[in-house]
Amino acid sequence: MTRPATAVQGETSDPAASSPQDADLSLMLMIRAFELKLLDLYGRGLLNGTTHTCLGQEYVPVAVEALLDRRDHVFSNHRGHGHYLARFRDPAGLLAEIMGREGAVCAGVGGSQHIRRDRFLSTGVQGESLPVAAGVALHLKRAEPGRLACVYVGDGTFGEGAVYEAFNIAALWGLPLLVVVENNGIAQSTPTSRHLAGSIAGRAAAFGIDHRLVETSDVTEIRRTLEPLVSRVRSRATPLVVEFVTRRLGPHSKGDDTRPARAVQDLREQDWYARCAAAFPGRFPRLDAEARAHIDAVAAEVMARAPSQWEGS
Amino acid sequence: MRVAENLNAALAALLAREPNLYVLGEDVVDPYGGAFKITRGLSTDFPDRVLSTPISENAITGVAAGLALSGDLAIVEIMFGDFAALAFDQLFNFASKSVSMYGSRLPMRMVVRCPVGGGRGYGPTHSQSPQKHFVGIPGLALYELSPFHDNLAVFEEMFAREEPCVFFEDKVLYTRQMGAVEPPFSVETSGGVARVSLDGPPDCVIIAPGGVAHRALAAMRSLLVEEEITCTLLVPSRLYPFDQPDVFDVDVRAARRVFVVEESTAGGTWGAEVAHLLHRRHWGRLALPVTLIHSLGGVIPTAAHLERAALVNESTIHSTIREALRG
Ligand SMILES: Cc1ncc(C[n+]2csc(CCOP(=O)(O)OP(=O)(O)O)c2C)c(N)n1
Repeated sequence: MTRPATAVQGETSDPAASSPQDADLSLMLMIRAFELKLLDLYGRGLLNGTTHTCLGQEYVPVAVEALLDRRDHVFSNHRGHGHYLARFRDPAGLLAEIMGREGAVCAGVGGSQHIRRDRFLSTGVQGESLPVAAGVALHLKRAEPGRLACVYVGDGTFGEGAVYEAFNIAALWGLPLLVVVENNGIAQSTPTSRHLAGSIAGRAAAFGIDHRLVETSDVTEIRRTLEPLVSRVRSRATPLVVEFVTRRLGPHSKGDDTRPARAVQDLREQDWYARCAAAFPGRFPRLDAEARAHIDAVAAEVMARAPSQWEGS
Repeated sequence: MRVAENLNAALAALLAREPNLYVLGEDVVDPYGGAFKITRGLSTDFPDRVLSTPISENAITGVAAGLALSGDLAIVEIMFGDFAALAFDQLFNFASKSVSMYGSRLPMRMVVRCPVGGGRGYGPTHSQSPQKHFVGIPGLALYELSPFHDNLAVFEEMFAREEPCVFFEDKVLYTRQMGAVEPPFSVETSGGVARVSLDGPPDCVIIAPGGVAHRALAAMRSLLVEEEITCTLLVPSRLYPFDQPDVFDVDVRAARRVFVVEESTAGGTWGAEVAHLLHRRHWGRLALPVTLIHSLGGVIPTAAHLERAALVNESTIHSTIREALRG
């Protein structure tokens, strides 16, 4: 992320030229296109309620998901579209859920923030999922050794006591819990410096839980770093906190960004999108155009669907 | 058999029968066996699945939800029901919602046990009857311990609902005997409701869940002896959803006067919900509005004489019924 976004001559002259693979880059671009499409639909008054986009953070779940097994559980939060899409590559099901159309993952009941499919679950109350993930990890430890529960959490959520109750239990009981912190430096409108005393590393250390800081947005490098650590979560059944230094480019939900435009512009310059566009002038525009066209087609198709049906209603 | 023994035996039977059942709570393992000894012996027989936890009501309820999510069964003991307030989010926003908010029904087999009520001198934060704070949450069922309902059957029913349940256990019941009433009263249980009655039509019906049932029974005895007022007592095992008011029909029609007793303070209570349903169903034939009987509004004092004065008891029930019927 700190690498300057300078144009390179040939892609092979870049030491990271092989990174990301086309499949990863396409997935990141698909998530980006999905989130931009959502903001567009909101802007046109076509969506109900609210949504929190992961613009700028797309690479986190793309990097993490490759380290997970289908039988691992994933717990997501309010900013979970990328988590879902990285796992299922199902923009139609997710958009149908958000728009309340046929084929919605959860019949349109859960909407953007409350999604469950197979071993993926998101919920909209900050911190609440950590104890639940610890419970699932307890189950896995006994019933399916080698599997883990992965929970995504924002920096602001470290204000919640549930986080520490779960940390304590996970460390005491030796639970295979992978906590992925997306530290985007802000919680709604409050910067981390004004909601978090000490550090996330310090808090993990207080419970004797390993912590790893990830500052790059290079998915290949991230995986290389994390792979042995995640393996240890499985083999030793111990918790791990991985903290990503990341950037939230969009508003908290929709249209509620109080940050100065200049600050947001700085973040955009460090964005993986800008970096990859510059680093891979050959394939980037093509993959980006494909991702956008794919999402455009998905959106057109989903919007034409009938309203979702729910037997519970 | 004492109620505590029946409860302990029910938990032991369930642990033996259900290899995926966990029992979690603060200080539940042996030799301590729980603050009220309800889990005594269980961790010796099932050391992997009966686990003492940190003092973390929110987390242990969330852990139970995670187990339920994985297809396991879980029973949580909250040391004192007052502290269920700390687990409220997990029940209110997660466990109960998960049953339906993901669009299709998700079975959540978990029970949160809450020892509640006063009469033991534990003071204002260890003696409350917080049932009313959990009433009316979609997907959350409420049950109450009673000497007239076998606990194994109650737990089977709770798990069969496949939705989270809170089981309120009045602490004063633990040492009482199961099932017994003395003549001239007799008891029969059907449809989840125990009915304690005399021969012949009663003057009134008292609806009182487990913890207050024996106080109602004592009042029934003194009302009979001193006032010749006859009462039928109904003790429901499930408090909420209270969706079978017809179970009460025969008695309500016969007596036309109904009293609901609860140990909580008044205001937004379970009894108010029951009264509402009975009014809708029987308005035209009731001789009186359904009358609620509560503890005094205020904290529950520690000193025995002050606590006695605050909590609903035999004489509160007796005098409320006598005044309503005799004026
Ligand atoms: C318990 C709770 N309190 C408040 C909110 C409202 N809320 C939703 S997201 C959010 C900020 C979360 O910040 P952070 O954890 O840093 O995640 P980010 O939004 O930055 O991804 C808040 C306050 C909530 N959903 N849950």
